[in-house]
Amino acid sequence: MVRWKRVLSKVYLALIFLFLYLPILMLIVLSFNNSRSRVTWGGFTLNWYVRLFSDSRILDALRTTLALGIGSAAIATLIGTLGAMGIQAMKRRNYQIVMAVTNIPVLNADIVTGIAMMLWFVRFMPLGFSSVLIGHVTFSIPYVILSVMPKLRQLNLSIYEAARDLGANGVYAFGKIILPQIWTGILSGFFMALTMSMDDFVITYFTKGAGVNTLSTMIYGEIRKGIKPEMYALSTLIFAVVLIILLCTNFLSGRGKEAAEKKQPAD
Amino acid sequence: MKRKYWAAPYLVWVVGFVVLPLITIGVSAMTDDQGHFTWENLLSIGDPINRQALLFSLAIALGCTVICILLAYPAAMILRSLRLNKRGFAILIMILPMWMNFILRILAWQMILSPNGVLNFLIGKLGAGPLQISNSWIALMIGSVYDFLPFMILPVFNAISDIDEDTIEAARDLGANDRAVFWKVILPLSAPGMISGIIMVFVPAMTSFVIADILGGGKIQLIGNIIEQEFTKSMNWHAGSGLSISLMIFVLISLAFTMKNDLKDKGTTIW
Repeated sequence: MVRWKRVLSKVYLALIFLFLYLPILMLIVLSFNNSRSRVTWGGFTLNWYVRLFSDSRILDALRTTLALGIGSAAIATLIGTLGAMGIQAMKRRNYQIVMAVTNIPVLNADIVTGIAMMLWFVRFMPLGFSSVLIGHVTFSIPYVILSVMPKLRQLNLSIYEAARDLGANGVYAFGKIILPQIWTGILSGFFMALTMSMDDFVITYFTKGAGVNTLSTMIYGEIRKGIKPEMYALSTLIFAVVLIILLCTNFLSGRGKEAAEKKQPAD
Repeated sequence: MKRKYWAAPYLVWVVGFVVLPLITIGVSAMTDDQGHFTWENLLSIGDPINRQALLFSLAIALGCTVICILLAYPAAMILRSLRLNKRGFAILIMILPMWMNFILRILAWQMILSPNGVLNFLIGKLGAGPLQISNSWIALMIGSVYDFLPFMILPVFNAISDIDEDTIEAARDLGANDRAVFWKVILPLSAPGMISGIIMVFVPAMTSFVIADILGGGKIQLIGNIIEQEFTKSMNWHAGSGLSISLMIFVLISLAFTMKNDLKDKGTTIW
């Protein structure tokens, strides 16, 4: 009975993973398919991976997507981390008001956020890379704040005050005492912001104007004509790179933790 | 410098790019082409086509949210029972699909569900007739559940793994069976996670237009599709703004029903 339950739960989990990863598997298979058709298998090829690097339109869109992702995540992490620290020091009433406003981009529908920003931007600036960048920063900041805030709550402020009492200036004490304690929150905020930006379609679609294309908007434009197989190849490459990076960091942080745990009894 | 002033750049950003855009869309919704005040754009949500799209979106979003809850709870319970002790790993598995482009993943579902796709191939092997589910609301539902399921599993899993093992053991010692433990201990204690999940699933499922665009085969009009077309095809910005504001109010009212007082703890349970 108990064993059946264990087997059943493994099967269930496997089915959920299959559901989540089936489309990804499909796209990876298509990236090696020696046929433009999406339904027939024409044999294995690396052709699309080779041709990808001579397709300047795709490479342009990739550059834009990466610049947007890294740029917006960096700006959002900086403003968001400072913001979280400031908000936490606020009085209860102001704190509640600011946190309610912070939740707006999370709660609000993407389509409303995107259209509202477009209507606002066209009043004083041309739509283009900068308007999309502002848009991405705006929807990313709440995720940075929401991942830094819990770390700040656990923070032991008396160590910081002790450092100040012993003569450290504010910036030095911040770098030595506070930053190491909230670092994981900042990193996961940055990573969330990057992920959201790379995967975004709706906000980009409404704020981009003509001429700017990210991978998402480019793919959307190609739906009716049929997706270029080079796009499957590029997506597979991005996916593989991220997978490897994540596995490495997960492995390294796991080992770091183990080492720390081993060290602890000796302290 | 006082620490609260560190939030100054953020506050400027929020006013400039969250509050002012919302005021702009509000003004646009309540004016006509000549800039005169009108209720017409806001009330156009009641037109038969718009109303039908709104109600259909609501039905899809409710269905999608319920299915996500039903799928997420067992998954979160099993993940907890594996005692990975690595919350990061579960998050990784749920976030990772987002690194394959969202539109491509939905297009992949279109291929999987098509009459000569993988699903019908497998069903054919089993000797059953081809399913005609591509370009239908069923395909739309599968796509929506697929896209939003991680946003239900993550907060529910986080909330469930935060429950102290001692609490569950105490319940068992006092004679609770599995079912009682779930309904009386785990479910109430994980409710905040489920509420975050509902917000993260219901709102995008209600308002998305891309999934319906691809998996509905152009035959299905969600309210998001209608708003999008007002801006990109009919170029009727005031009407589109009016529908957006009505949709926003409608979503906020729907959420108010589920959340009541739980909003304040929301942020902590999402990630």
